[in-house]
Formats: sequence, structure tokens, C-alpha cells
Amino acid sequence: MKLSYRRFMMLGLFALLLVSLGSVAQAQDKTLILATTTSTQDTGLLDVLIPIFEKQTGYFVKTIAVGSGQAMTMGQKGEADVLLVHSPAAEKKFMEDGFGVSRRLVMHNDFIIVGPAEDPAKTKGLKSAGEAFKRIAAAQALFISRGDNSGTHAKEKDIWKVAGVKYEGEKWYQQTGLGMGQTLNVTAEKKGYTLADRGTYLALAKTLKLDILVEGDTVLLNIYHVMEVNPQKWPKVNIAAAKAFADFMVSKETQEIIKTYGVDKYGSPLFFPDAGKKVEDLGK
Amino acid sequence: MDLILEGIKKAFWLLFSFDPEVLGITFLSIKVSGSATLISLIIGISVGASVALTRFPGRRIVVSLINTGMALPPVVVGLFVTISLWRNGPLGFLGILYTPLAMIIAQAVIATPIVTGITLAAVQQLPTKLRLQILALGATRFQMLWILIKEAKLSLLAAVMAGFGGVISEVGASIMVGGNIKGYSRVLTTATVMETGRGNFDVAIALSIILLLLAYLINLLLTQIQQRERRR
Repeated sequence: MKLSYRRFMMLGLFALLLVSLGSVAQAQDKTLILATTTSTQDTGLLDVLIPIFEKQTGYFVKTIAVGSGQAMTMGQKGEADVLLVHSPAAEKKFMEDGFGVSRRLVMHNDFIIVGPAEDPAKTKGLKSAGEAFKRIAAAQALFISRGDNSGTHAKEKDIWKVAGVKYEGEKWYQQTGLGMGQTLNVTAEKKGYTLADRGTYLALAKTLKLDILVEGDTVLLNIYHVMEVNPQKWPKVNIAAAKAFADFMVSKETQEIIKTYGVDKYGSPLFFPDAGKKVEDLGK
Repeated sequence: MDLILEGIKKAFWLLFSFDPEVLGITFLSIKVSGSATLISLIIGISVGASVALTRFPGRRIVVSLINTGMALPPVVVGLFVTISLWRNGPLGFLGILYTPLAMIIAQAVIATPIVTGITLAAVQQLPTKLRLQILALGATRFQMLWILIKEAKLSLLAAVMAGFGGVISEVGASIMVGGNIKGYSRVLTTATVMETGRGNFDVAIALSIILLLLAYLINLLLTQIQQRERRR
């Protein structure tokens, strides 16, 4: 009895091993690696879009949610097939360096400056993000930065440049190195200020004690593009799948879903579809 | 406090409503960490016992390396496994990055030194005379090894628990090599990180509770086996 019990356990474990090894065998040309930003995952948008895409095309999508910076590095190294990112300056360089095949506008939302209701730096209602940053620096109010080379981090650095104040190495300036959601949590906990994309903020607003203080400045536009990675640089890139995904993102049906996503839950859309538009026309 | 209660409620709700996604995540955790532990046992016990029973130059260095390996940081393992498995990396031809198999490999790398180290200590502390006696009774070397392993069973089960405990709870390597892909390579720890990032603290707490329950149940099972052996 005892022996058979042990043998049973061993068999069970062995079966487990076989099952786990068997379940990973998968055709490479049917999988697509999508490197994207944490904001598209944290808002739940991709959880809605990916299953539709998979059903339509039969591709299996591996979504790797990282910062835009890391996503583009993955593209540069040929470790991703398609990128959905929001770091326009870096994207342009990516295309100029020949790492991407095409770059198409998908959607936008906007960045907002959030902070504690007490607002020690008196930024509430300002029309200029640069001015708000200047006041945060002047008041030496705690500012929490993503610090992870993400699209949001890149935007934040742009705004600091506009503000023209020294922030690096200052005591009131801290970097988390985390995704947007976690950075918002840290900011709320420490009663600091941060720059956030509206989508992630809205998705988390119920648990955060942070107010929107500055919004509406054109510098705060948050624009997402989809880019296929150049298979001429990296032959292993699944360009057919990448193109299918990029086409899907700008298709009419998908754009319609983006337009209404989040309305039922948050009362306002998280993203605005922009396929076919020009970047210059956004926010008008 | 409300949040924790909310999380506990949510945990039970997710468990007893048999939420397919949560069940899938839980089973994948068991599958990945179970397989990794199994692999680490096969390698760890053989290597650990061999090193314990042999004398060779540089042995102390090997032993200290194994002992250092017991504290191998999961993120470090994750980073190196990811770089090796990149499709343009040295093992890229396998095409297994962002799969459960890659997670098993990474976790096996983490668990193997733990199992090896504990095995080594366990086998080494058996009295040397026992070995002589077994050999004197006409056992082959392999039979002797088998008997010694059986003798050290109590500690070896502790090695299983330590190895499994080490990998079921790690997140750094799993998220890097598995990618936390929904319905495919998402396990309890990586899902907890993601739900925290999404501000779904109740779900995150629920997943943590399921993870704790799982760890407890498996250790309970192993402890049962271990302590029953003891009574005999």
C-alpha cells in the first residue's frame, strides 16, 4: 500500500512534467510578440482588443507590457514584432534608424499633473504644464517620477525642459522606476505630485487620493503609434503577424471599440481613436 | 483594514465561484513550480549526494559555490535566462522565450542550488561508518547511494519544501522570462504584481491569499509524508 502510494506520487509528478513540456510546443509563425507600454495593459484596453484580434486572425499574441523605452529596445534588438508605444521623439528616431517598417497613429489621450488635494505648490487650474513644474520646483514639493525611460518619463523630461528648472538630484525629486499604476500608488501614499496618463489615472482613481491639478496644455498630449519592426534587420521578426496587428489597430472596428472603451466604467473614454489623422491636428 | 477584509472576501469568491481565469493562473503556478522543483530534485539530489560522498581537489570551492547558489536572486536568473533565450540570443533557436517552459527553466535554475545545498548537508552529516557498513554488506555503489538518500529522507523533504517554496513565491524571473501573458504565462505572483499596478488591491490580496493557501496545502502534504516517516 505504501509503495503504491509513493509510486502514484512519482507518476503524478512525472505526468505533470510531461504535460508542462508538451503544452509549450507552438508554431513560431503563429505567435506575435507585442511590446507595449504599461498604460495599455493597466487600463485593460488590451484585454479587450487582443482576444478579438486573436479570434479574427488566428495569431497568438504575447503581450509584453513594459515602458516605451524598453519596448523600443526590444524592437531594436528584434525581440518584438510590433510595438504600440507613446514616445514620439524616440519613435521618430527608431524609424529614422531603420528599425521600423511603418509608423501609424492609433489613438491619443492626455497626460495630467496630479497631486494631493492640499496642493502645496499651488498648481491647481494652471493652463501651462511648464509653469506648474516651475512652481513644484520652487515650493520644493515632492515630485515622483517614473524614472524608467517610458513614454511618460520622456514627456516629463520634456516638460522639465520647458520649465527650465533644475530637478535631477534634488531632494524633492524621486524616481520609482516602476510602471504608471505603481508610481501613482507611491505618489498618493507620499502625497507627492506626478505626471500620469489619464487612462491609467482614471482606471485607478477610485483607490487613489490624488486630484487632477493641471490638464489641457497641448504639451500634455499623449499619442500612441503602432510600429512594425523591420524584418530586414531581424529576419526572425514575424512581419506578417505584425502587419496584421498594426492594420487591426487602425481598422474601423477597433477604432470604434477604443472610442467607447471605459465609458461605462469611468464615465468618460480613456482613449480617443485617431487612425488616419495627423498628429498636428490632435487636441484641437 | 477594510481593504484586507475585502480582499479575503474576494479570494473566497474567486475560489468558490471557480473563476476560470483564477483557476487557470493557480494551476499554471502549480504546474510551473512543480515541474521546476522536480527537475531541481533530479539534478540537486544527484549532484548534492555526489559532492557529499566524494573528495576531490577544490571541493571546498564547489561547496561554497553551491551554498552561494542557494541565495541566487531570481531577478538575476531571470535576466540571464531572458538574454540567453532571446530569439537572436545564443539559445534563440529554441524559440521558447515568453512560454511556461522558459519559466520552468528559470525556476529550476533557482531551485537546483537550494536542493543541492540541503542534500549535500544532509548526506554529509550521515555517519561515515554507515557507508562502510553498507558497502561491507555487499551493496553496489548505486545501492549504497540509494540507501543513504533514504536515510536522509527527512532532510531531503525539507529540501523539496525549500525548493518549491523558493520558486512558487518568486516573481522576478517569472515576469521576465514568462512575460505575464494573460491566460498563457500568468502565474499567481506575476498576476499579483499586475493587479497591484492596476490598483485592483482587492484582487491582488485575493491572489496573495490563494498563493498562501496553495503554499500551505503543499507544505502540509509534504510535512505529512515527512512526519509519517519519522514515526516508524
